[in-house]
Amino acid sequence: MSRLLVVEGLSVRIGAAEPVKALSFSVGAGETVAIVGESGSGKSLTALALMALLPRHAQAKGSIRLGGRELLSLEERAMREVRGREVAMIFQEPMTSLNPVVSVGRQIVEALQTHEHLSRRAVRARAIELLDLVRIPDPRRRAADFPHQLSGGMRQRVMIAMAVACRPKLLIADEPTTALDVTIQAQVLDLLDTLRRELGMSLLLITHDLGVVAQWADKVVVMYAGRKVEQALPDALFGAPLHPYTRGLLSASPRLKAGYTYRDGPLNEIPGSIVSAKGEKGCPFRPRCAVARPSCAGFEPELLPFAPDRLVACAFPPTFVGGEIVAPLGL
Amino acid sequence: MSSTEIGSFGVEVERAETEARLGPSRPQPEPKWSNLHAPDARLACADAVVVRPGARELRLFVANPNALAGLLILAAVIVAALVAPVLFPGDPLAMTGQPLQWPGQSAGYPLGTDQLGRNVLAGIFHGARVSLVVGLVATALGLAIGVLVGAIAGYFGGWIDTLLVRVIEIFQTLPSFVLLVVLVFIAQPSAPTITLGIAIISWPQVARLTRAEFRAIREKDYVMAARSLGFGSARIIFGEILPNALPPLIVTSSVMVATAILMESALSFMGLGDPNVVSWGSMIGAGREVIRSAWYLTALPGLAIVLIVLSLNLIGDGLNDALNPRFAEDRR
Amino acid sequence: MAAAQRIGRTLLRTALHAAPTVLGIVILNFFLLKLAPGDAADAIAAQDGSATAETMASLRHTWGLDNPTLVQLVTYLDNLAHFSLGTSPHWGVPVIDLIAQRLPGTLILMAVSLGIAIVIGLALGAVMANFAGRLPDRLISVVSLLFYSVPGFWIGLMLIVLFSVTLGWLPTGGAGAIGSRLTGLAAIVDKARYMILPATSLALFYVAIYARLTRASMLEVQSQDFVRTARAKGVSPLAVTVRHVLRNALIPITTLAGMHVGAMLGGAVVVETVYNWPGLGRLAFEAVMGRDSNVLLGILLFSSLLVIFANALVDLLHAWLDPRIGAHA
Repeated sequence: MSRLLVVEGLSVRIGAAEPVKALSFSVGAGETVAIVGESGSGKSLTALALMALLPRHAQAKGSIRLGGRELLSLEERAMREVRGREVAMIFQEPMTSLNPVVSVGRQIVEALQTHEHLSRRAVRARAIELLDLVRIPDPRRRAADFPHQLSGGMRQRVMIAMAVACRPKLLIADEPTTALDVTIQAQVLDLLDTLRRELGMSLLLITHDLGVVAQWADKVVVMYAGRKVEQALPDALFGAPLHPYTRGLLSASPRLKAGYTYRDGPLNEIPGSIVSAKGEKGCPFRPRCAVARPSCAGFEPELLPFAPDRLVACAFPPTFVGGEIVAPLGL
Repeated sequence: MSSTEIGSFGVEVERAETEARLGPSRPQPEPKWSNLHAPDARLACADAVVVRPGARELRLFVANPNALAGLLILAAVIVAALVAPVLFPGDPLAMTGQPLQWPGQSAGYPLGTDQLGRNVLAGIFHGARVSLVVGLVATALGLAIGVLVGAIAGYFGGWIDTLLVRVIEIFQTLPSFVLLVVLVFIAQPSAPTITLGIAIISWPQVARLTRAEFRAIREKDYVMAARSLGFGSARIIFGEILPNALPPLIVTSSVMVATAILMESALSFMGLGDPNVVSWGSMIGAGREVIRSAWYLTALPGLAIVLIVLSLNLIGDGLNDALNPRFAEDRR
Repeated sequence: MAAAQRIGRTLLRTALHAAPTVLGIVILNFFLLKLAPGDAADAIAAQDGSATAETMASLRHTWGLDNPTLVQLVTYLDNLAHFSLGTSPHWGVPVIDLIAQRLPGTLILMAVSLGIAIVIGLALGAVMANFAGRLPDRLISVVSLLFYSVPGFWIGLMLIVLFSVTLGWLPTGGAGAIGSRLTGLAAIVDKARYMILPATSLALFYVAIYARLTRASMLEVQSQDFVRTARAKGVSPLAVTVRHVLRNALIPITTLAGMHVGAMLGGAVVVETVYNWPGLGRLAFEAVMGRDSNVLLGILLFSSLLVIFANALVDLLHAWLDPRIGAHA
């Protein structure tokens, strides 16, 4: 599978803090990659860095190659060509992410007119086609509606329509379903997956919802405190989590344990919260790690491959998982 | 019910049904973890928090160079007003010197004299007294009336509120300065009538502001607590709500003094000022006749007005930045 | 929901809402008229030089000035319904004629002033928002505060001193040279020469307000999520500013413009006086000088109606600009 997006050593610096540190991952053509982490892990900043939409005082370093082309060295004008046409993004809050005084049809038209030069009629027709593609009923009439006249799920669909209007190769979805209610979430994710297949896109899903990951991702990247701490295929990740943070996340999630209800016992929590991403030596997860040892404070663990497509950044991963011996490759 | 309320009500129903079928879903993350546009945490806890201006706001205010400059200028004007009768005893309207001397021409008249031989510098010092007194008293009156009306309207609601809102609207529709001219015209120009007139045109704005604050604060938890303890309305209005409604009122008051001074000077300019008193506006009005040759007679008193109003506006800005931190952040 | 429908709804709502206010203003006006020193009979007597008590009593009887107050109120309302505001003792003509004569002058002056204030204010505000927190922002902020602190009549006089007396570029007052026979473009240019100083004097105060509001509004809108979405689509910065930021930031500005009509009328009183500009403001000044309460209160009433009308226009403009208004009646 060819690699569409290759991120290597991406770091984002804001003032003295480094909320994203030496992040590397790749997304293949037509693949769905999920980036998982709690709030503060730097996943949204990563997404913004990919689009070069970081706030003014933030700086990004490293390498982001889309289809072989280095994005970080592009100047703003060239980057504007990339945004929307080759890589697009949808955001978490559909209510506030749409211009309240412009009709949704026109906002889709704007996405089209920015990159394609079609006649006005063609653009309008295309916009209605897109609304239909994202399964909005009665698209011709709906195109004239304003955002406040649509429900949350429909607004998110409009956002998706805007994003895929120019058939980008990569769609970044930053927490696309967090602000939606449960039954709508499944519909939107299903839509994203369908579009991915129909349009031949790659999907980068940013989420903290493990259920989403389990169902829709081809590859999972777990982030903590701005760093990648584990990467695996979903089955492997959920069957045999190796990093203590991943293990903590999974045990805190009742949905994944078959038949587990709250009556069976309290959820395991990961105590504490992310400490600020400011120059701390040693493993960033150490303060909250259940199996940390004194030597963990001395150095930051490297990402080691445990299998093809299986990376873990922990100095002392479990040696026995599910009855099998686990060890990094090359040892 | 607005559409958003209906929407979330539907969510609750759906969530309950889903839970009943599938078991409890995983705990939802708290809204304050949402990624980039976290809702204002202060707003979220605002129901329980009591906000009163205190030492921190004072420090913020004093740290603002603009506000300090304004304070200094105002202090200088106040001092000038206070020493006026000492420095320039006697009636400033007395014609003591040679008419139409330019500033610096004669030793005894550093800012020159007008066409009737009156000392311009004395006029400016004495004029400060009028401006300050009218400005401060009119503002105090306007605040008193406005706060009372606004508090009653905002706290009690119902037909009282509707009626008072109408009254406020009537006053706000009538063009302020024109109404002021009419009032002073009817009541004959004098310092008290001018002061009262300015108070009458400025109370509606205060009332509106107070009403809005009261309506917002009325729903807060600590007010509910006071009511459940059986506190009477007056006690709640003056003891609980009003102290917390102060910040916007404090900011408005400095602007009100500035406006009052501008209005008083405009009236005096038009000849509707107190005829027995020297006011900067009347000096400008008198100087208009000889503007071609002796334009300093209009320039100097006007500069005095600009200085005092500017100082009040700077102070108002500083107060706003100190008491409304959200807007101060935009400025940074 | 079609724009026309929304606007129609808003219009109806505004009209219903304004009716009691108009009534209140009219009644208040009547009582102020009653309170004014002297009445029409006194004014006529003053003009004639003297009058006996009987003459004055008979005059009052003829004009119904000795009727009970309520009857007089009804008469007043009746007169108003027939578009009559009484007669001016000072000028001897119907008040409404005087107002009609002077109204266009004030309207033009206010329109041009508002235009200047908004255009310059918007530009300054956009610059301030763009350089938020840095030197240009702070500098313009202080300068605009200065504008806000200057009395309109004083800056009017100072501008005359500078541009007319010292430099001789512009006329000192009036609305046009007497007896000039210019037409077409030359006439417009000539009118502009007379209008520029008074309009600027009136506008200066408001430049500051619009500049600050534009700045605050733009900063607020710029940080909104939908601006980020627009940038994510690859829209150019200019298009983002105009189509997304300004379009939303304009809404509070139009509200403010409506609220300023009343205040500007007040400012027009002094500015027109300073520049001898033929308008309602100077008429008010002359009425004060001539002890003419009929005209003065006629102006008060008329200008209030003007304010209501302007507010209605702003409401309509709002309904057109913001589709969220009028959708939920």
